[in-house]
Amino acid sequence: MAGLHKSEFANPVVNWIDTRLPIFTMMQKEYGVFPTPKNFNYFWNFGALAMINLVIMIATGIFLAMNYTPHVSMAFDSVERIMRDVNYGWLLRYVHANGASMFFIVTYIHIFRGLYYGSYKAPRELLWMIGVVILLVMMATAFMGYVLPWGQMSYWGATVITNLFSAIPVVGESVVTWLWGGFSVDNPTLNRFFSLHFLLPFVLVGVVFLHVAALHITGSNNPLGIDVKSPQDTLPFHPYYTMKDSVGICVYLLVFAALVFFAPNLFMAAENYIPANPLVTPSEIVPEWYFLPFYAILRSVPSKLGGVLLMFGAIAVLFVLPWLDTSPVRSSKFRPIYRNFFWVLLIAVVVLGLVGAHRPEGVWVVLGRLATFYYFFHFLILLPVLGKLERPLPLPESISRPVIAGGGGPLPGGAAAKPMEKI
Amino acid sequence: MRIVRILSLAAALGAIALAPAIAEEEISYAKQKWSFDGPFGTFDRAAAQRGSQVFTAVCSNCHSLKQAYYRDLKGIGLENEAITAIAAGFNVPTVADDGSNAERPARPSDHFRSPFANEKAARSANGGALPPDLSVIVKARDGGADYIYALLTGYGEAPSSMKMGDGMNYNKAFTGSQIGMPRPLNDGQVEYADGTKATTEQMAKDVVTFLSYIANPEMEARKRLGVKLVLFLVLMTGVTYAVKRKVWADVDH
Repeated sequence: MAGLHKSEFANPVVNWIDTRLPIFTMMQKEYGVFPTPKNFNYFWNFGALAMINLVIMIATGIFLAMNYTPHVSMAFDSVERIMRDVNYGWLLRYVHANGASMFFIVTYIHIFRGLYYGSYKAPRELLWMIGVVILLVMMATAFMGYVLPWGQMSYWGATVITNLFSAIPVVGESVVTWLWGGFSVDNPTLNRFFSLHFLLPFVLVGVVFLHVAALHITGSNNPLGIDVKSPQDTLPFHPYYTMKDSVGICVYLLVFAALVFFAPNLFMAAENYIPANPLVTPSEIVPEWYFLPFYAILRSVPSKLGGVLLMFGAIAVLFVLPWLDTSPVRSSKFRPIYRNFFWVLLIAVVVLGLVGAHRPEGVWVVLGRLATFYYFFHFLILLPVLGKLERPLPLPESISRPVIAGGGGPLPGGAAAKPMEKI
Repeated sequence: MRIVRILSLAAALGAIALAPAIAEEEISYAKQKWSFDGPFGTFDRAAAQRGSQVFTAVCSNCHSLKQAYYRDLKGIGLENEAITAIAAGFNVPTVADDGSNAERPARPSDHFRSPFANEKAARSANGGALPPDLSVIVKARDGGADYIYALLTGYGEAPSSMKMGDGMNYNKAFTGSQIGMPRPLNDGQVEYADGTKATTEQMAKDVVTFLSYIANPEMEARKRLGVKLVLFLVLMTGVTYAVKRKVWADVDH
């Protein structure tokens, strides 16, 4: 039914707008008084950090795009021109390049947070799956962005990764030609990658919006993994979590700044400061660090198609994770056996990262295969079986309960019950 | 079960610590002390100016520096008049009014003159090898400034067991120990205006300082801004944390 919104804002201008388009009411509901579990730890900062990171990437990216030239004979020089001649161009580029690394650091912590506290379980399955879509779009965006400076690693990385699609039976070669827009990675490839690299972040904004919308339907999970039972269990998002997130943002910016201003090339391959040369293959083609675990999985299988399938499978298992984990208990705090395997998984992924950075020789091959095996064993066998066998620890009655000294007794009103004032 | 976790963590840390040890054999370079090291490091102006002299006298005969402009020399402490005079000493290609190819003296706004017209000319003059552009060479090699220094000072007699390729030179810092570039720096090759003794090591150090500046002309401004920003963020983190504590003070959590 159409009709004007009954706005409660006192400011007449705000009220006038809000009556016709209740965005102020919406913001107040979703970010002002939004009931949020009171027991978050600092790992719950990372969603907000990822969102801020996305904004930073888009902001710097738009200005970089104003000064970048997507042409094979000019791209490398145009990036150097940004570094040397554009006012604060070096800042834009170093923030953008290191921002990609920061984005993955923050997102990977966010994902492992979800894994530890069972944030993917009912009713948050769709929320989790949208998150996996975000990861996929992020990876595609990062990959295409890395190609744009048109250095040696840009060119050869693009060649290796696009060639993966040639593993598809029958149509593989045609698919690769179609992706390239020619018969090798060349100007058409660079042009379309630039176009898509500009487009995908805005797709990301849309998917992130769905992610947040879904979150605000189910409500946040929390370190205890139990449902919110009463208003005593929650706090209004503002000022409690706006403040707590602000602390996290400051620390995050501190790390980010240390990287950008004092070690801007730490995560960058030296090879990529050499202009792309189709006639000279680098002695080692290594992807950016955030792709290394997947690269290791790809190389742990002696068959090309098998490796490609396994690599995509590593992300596909995350899609169905909510149904692989059969345990009804969310938080690892109350899962004495799973808790240990969580750490084994984390170590397996770190080992895969190390394996991906080294030539597949000697001990690295064995390590890579062991870690790959464990990765899939963890999701496909361990999680379904463990849920049935494990005896979880007794869950607390409510979020407020475990934090009350001595237990029992009536719940104090405290800040949780304090009504929030409107602006 | 806690033991399992501790053990597995220890195993992972061990793997990370051991990783470089079992990694492929790589040439190691002695770590040099550079004026531009660390968060407060700056380019030693005198060294960079001596380095630009070495670059002009030696390197620029084969290597281009095409991303850099003559005006960039301001960043190592040269005055405008000096830069104009230096630039005027080089001829750069241009197109004359009648459309024919011509040359004119360079201006500070010109890129450094490239020694060869194109890649083919460069290769044919250098026994088939292409002298790389040096604009970002310090960033384009693993080991950075230390590696370039090691390479410039790494020439010597090839071990008798080693079979050298035609026209190749022995250099212990180069992959495979055989490099196309003949030894560029010899003691006393240039005469420094400031009286510094031009040993091979001194010249290598100076030219690497110059090339590090050319590769990172923004470095000093970057670090200055970084120090300010980090101090501000440390302060902000403290203030924000205090406010957060205050806001949360009445919450039982």
